[in-house]
Amino acid sequence: MSDKKKRIEEKILEHELVPKHELLTREEALGVLRELGIRPEQLPWIRASDPIAKLLGAKPGDIIRIVRKSPTAGTSVAYRFVVVG
Amino acid sequence: MVESDKTIKGIKFGILSPEMIRKISVTAVVTPEVYDENGIPIEGGVMDPRLGVIEPGQRCATCGNTLAQCPGHFGHLELAKPIIHIGYVRHIFMLLKTTCHSCNRVKIPEEDVLRYRDLYRRLRNRWPQLASSLIEFIRQKASKALECPHCGSRQFKIRLEKPATFIEEGGRGKLYPDVIKQWLSNIPNTDLEILGIDPEVARPEWMIINVLAIPPIAVRPSIVLETGMRAEDDLTHKLVDIIRANEKLKEALNSGAPEIILEDLWELLQYHVMTYIDNELPGVPVAKRRSGMPLKTLSQRLKGKEGRFRGNLSGKRVDYSARTVISPDPNLGINEVGVPYEVAMTLTVPEYVTQWNLDKMREYVLNGPYRWPGANYVIDPSGRRLDLRYVKDLKALAESLKPGYIVERHLVNGDIVMFNRQPSLHRMSIMVHRVRVLPGKTFRLHLAVCPPYNADFDGDEMNLHVPQTVEARAEAEELLLVEKHILTPRYGGPIIGGIQDYISGGYLLTLKSTLLTKDQVSDLLATIDYLGEIPEPAILSPVEAWTGKQIFSLLLPEDFNFIGETRLSSGNLKCSSDECFWDTLLLVKKGRILAGVIDKTVIGSQQPKSMMHYLIMDKGVEVGAEFMNKAFKLFLRYIEMVGFTMTLDNVKPDERALEESAKVISDSYGEVQKLIDMYRAGQLEPVPGRTLSETLEIRILDVLARARDDAGSASIKYMSLTNPVYIMARTGARGGNLNITQMSVVLGQQSVRGERIWRGYRGRVLSHYKYGDLSPKAKGFVESSFYRGLTPLEVFFHSAGGREGLVDTAVRTSQSGYMQRRLINALQDLYIEYDMSVRSLYGELVQFKYGEDSVDPKKTAFGKAVDIDRIIVKNVGWRMSV
Repeated sequence: MSDKKKRIEEKILEHELVPKHELLTREEALGVLRELGIRPEQLPWIRASDPIAKLLGAKPGDIIRIVRKSPTAGTSVAYRFVVVG
Repeated sequence: MVESDKTIKGIKFGILSPEMIRKISVTAVVTPEVYDENGIPIEGGVMDPRLGVIEPGQRCATCGNTLAQCPGHFGHLELAKPIIHIGYVRHIFMLLKTTCHSCNRVKIPEEDVLRYRDLYRRLRNRWPQLASSLIEFIRQKASKALECPHCGSRQFKIRLEKPATFIEEGGRGKLYPDVIKQWLSNIPNTDLEILGIDPEVARPEWMIINVLAIPPIAVRPSIVLETGMRAEDDLTHKLVDIIRANEKLKEALNSGAPEIILEDLWELLQYHVMTYIDNELPGVPVAKRRSGMPLKTLSQRLKGKEGRFRGNLSGKRVDYSARTVISPDPNLGINEVGVPYEVAMTLTVPEYVTQWNLDKMREYVLNGPYRWPGANYVIDPSGRRLDLRYVKDLKALAESLKPGYIVERHLVNGDIVMFNRQPSLHRMSIMVHRVRVLPGKTFRLHLAVCPPYNADFDGDEMNLHVPQTVEARAEAEELLLVEKHILTPRYGGPIIGGIQDYISGGYLLTLKSTLLTKDQVSDLLATIDYLGEIPEPAILSPVEAWTGKQIFSLLLPEDFNFIGETRLSSGNLKCSSDECFWDTLLLVKKGRILAGVIDKTVIGSQQPKSMMHYLIMDKGVEVGAEFMNKAFKLFLRYIEMVGFTMTLDNVKPDERALEESAKVISDSYGEVQKLIDMYRAGQLEPVPGRTLSETLEIRILDVLARARDDAGSASIKYMSLTNPVYIMARTGARGGNLNITQMSVVLGQQSVRGERIWRGYRGRVLSHYKYGDLSPKAKGFVESSFYRGLTPLEVFFHSAGGREGLVDTAVRTSQSGYMQRRLINALQDLYIEYDMSVRSLYGELVQFKYGEDSVDPKKTAFGKAVDIDRIIVKNVGWRMSV
């Protein structure tokens, strides 16, 4: 396993332009969906092959929370539904 | 409703089957003849009376209805040979590629067919995107098969020869439509499903036409010209062509004509049917009228900006609207629009007669349609519409008016209308104004509303719409009234505000040196309908005199405080304390201007954080609108009193300025020459990522731009503070330092595409220069000013630069228009849910919180919850010193 490649991948998370991503537990995910009153596929999608999804070990059906800095709101929270691809 | 309320859950499109066409058809069309010698439509022709009513008063031969009720009826034409429907060529091609030529099954093994079908059914509803990519995958897999998994026969490659010929390479060669039809009709339903076709509504063999539906006459009405000649619709012409070609083919078939002739006739029929459906096919000659105009056939009716969808369904022409040239009227309020009498007497508002407005309505009716304010129509309680132009006795009608009648009265002062200027790029492009009926033939508007409409008066036209119901009027007034759009949602600042003379006028009025006599004060206060006491004069002796600041202060609310630097507060006129001599720090305490002048940053349009902005935020838009109405009138009256203009002498450069700027420019020439020498000697250090010559150009451009700026500021330095050109530039009323520089000292470098002008002869722009001359003058540096006048060569360079500007604007408008259209189409149905998330109509989340902070810029202090600084100034500003 290329040690170099791994390091680059890990660096993605450290990059200042990449916001904080985290995988939700099943309970958290259900809570989020209930709060928003939607079905999971109505969330914006992210492919399971997306580098960040791979890094988090996200499987199709999971939900990822993204907390990013925003010039207007300080921090803003967004969610992504992981799909096949 | 009639029987039961039915709700539309969805729309499904399919293909008409030959059986269905025959079923809905009321007559078979059999002859290419249209009219007999008496001009009566022939039965069995394309204008057969059974296809629908054409003339008013007639009754339909099929349904017995009159023109208004009869929907028209389809006929049909039996084609002698099947024809490929040009709109389905791509689908037919796909089907031929994915199915076997001998057993006509999809080239996927049986067990996979079932597996895919189940998968597809499960995906279809929940994952439409995935379902369609599955279909795409199956199609590709099926078309790659070399051997049929069902019958094992070898597969041939199918080629599509545009527009509609299919070739089976190595097999049967050209596939004729009847062969294809046979092939398609053998494909079983289960196989079609996994190829993405719903066989219930779209059996593939229906894509090959053997019965052509003849549309009702209502779809293709003939027009009677003044000469009494009949002009048929393009579709009718095309149908006649089809029938004629069909007849010929039929004859040839019956008489057993040779194969080649048959094929030619078949080909001709194919051509006619193709162009009947789409007359803009690539590689197909366009069917033309005798005049050479291409025929507008079915596809052309639907496509494009003027087609059925964009032209008639998404956008419609409306009644109760007017359009004319606009002109300015500073005496109107910002909420008003001046409407000519002629327009006011054409547009109407339906008003219900009640016991309270009975007298008023009688008066309108009595005035009739030709005297304003009158009425054009009266609708009686039974719904009958009386045209007042033809009512003999208006007096009697007016007498008979009673509650329950509706009077369509003329537009009167105070009516609510919507006013619009294209391009309607933002929501301020359509605003509600109150009507002011005026003599003249133009719409009049207040100058302060020019910025939101982006209007000027060089011939601009605008549209006016009259809402017809009380609900519409209430909604329009609540949402669209001009004063509710003083603040723009773009950045939260006022988009409506002072422009041009309002700014110069405000500045002149509030100057420290402005002293007004009692007569002048009375004049000014009369223009703004001031009814209070005249304040105590600032100077009592030898004559009573008032300052302009005093007069202006009368318009401000008494508890309004504001502290802010003005635009003038820069350079050596900078003020940062309230003791400042230059009077450029605006200080408003308890509604009185204590120091400072008015300029663009105080009352200007598109100036956030200005005094006007805070006034509106504190006191509301109504106060703001009223303030603008009065203040702007005041400023104009004052500027009229003192007179304000510019003359050639105002841009004449001072002797010293000329000397200085000449030195600056000749110095820069020296610098440029040095750069060129270095370049020639190869000593120039290239900028990273640029070639040597690019570096030189950048450096030269930089030097020359600096030279112009330096020359400009050197000359502006010597301008008098009373110079009107300078006043306009400084206050922000019109023009800037660059404009002054160009007028009085030096025009500067002309450019095309951001480069010095170099195109023309080889190595030089014009034959007046030496080959390879890199000096400023040879490449478009204009050292003359508009005051001094340009040399012929300079004029050439200047016009080259000017042309680029014109081309740029032309290109930009078309590009941004298209971009706007696409954005609107993509975003129009999004809405903000109660939880502040942005969602699509299907409930998909687009933004988790509107704008990430769910803030309306119009309603907050620059996105913050509280603006502490402002709150302090607002409440204790009158005690503060800076």
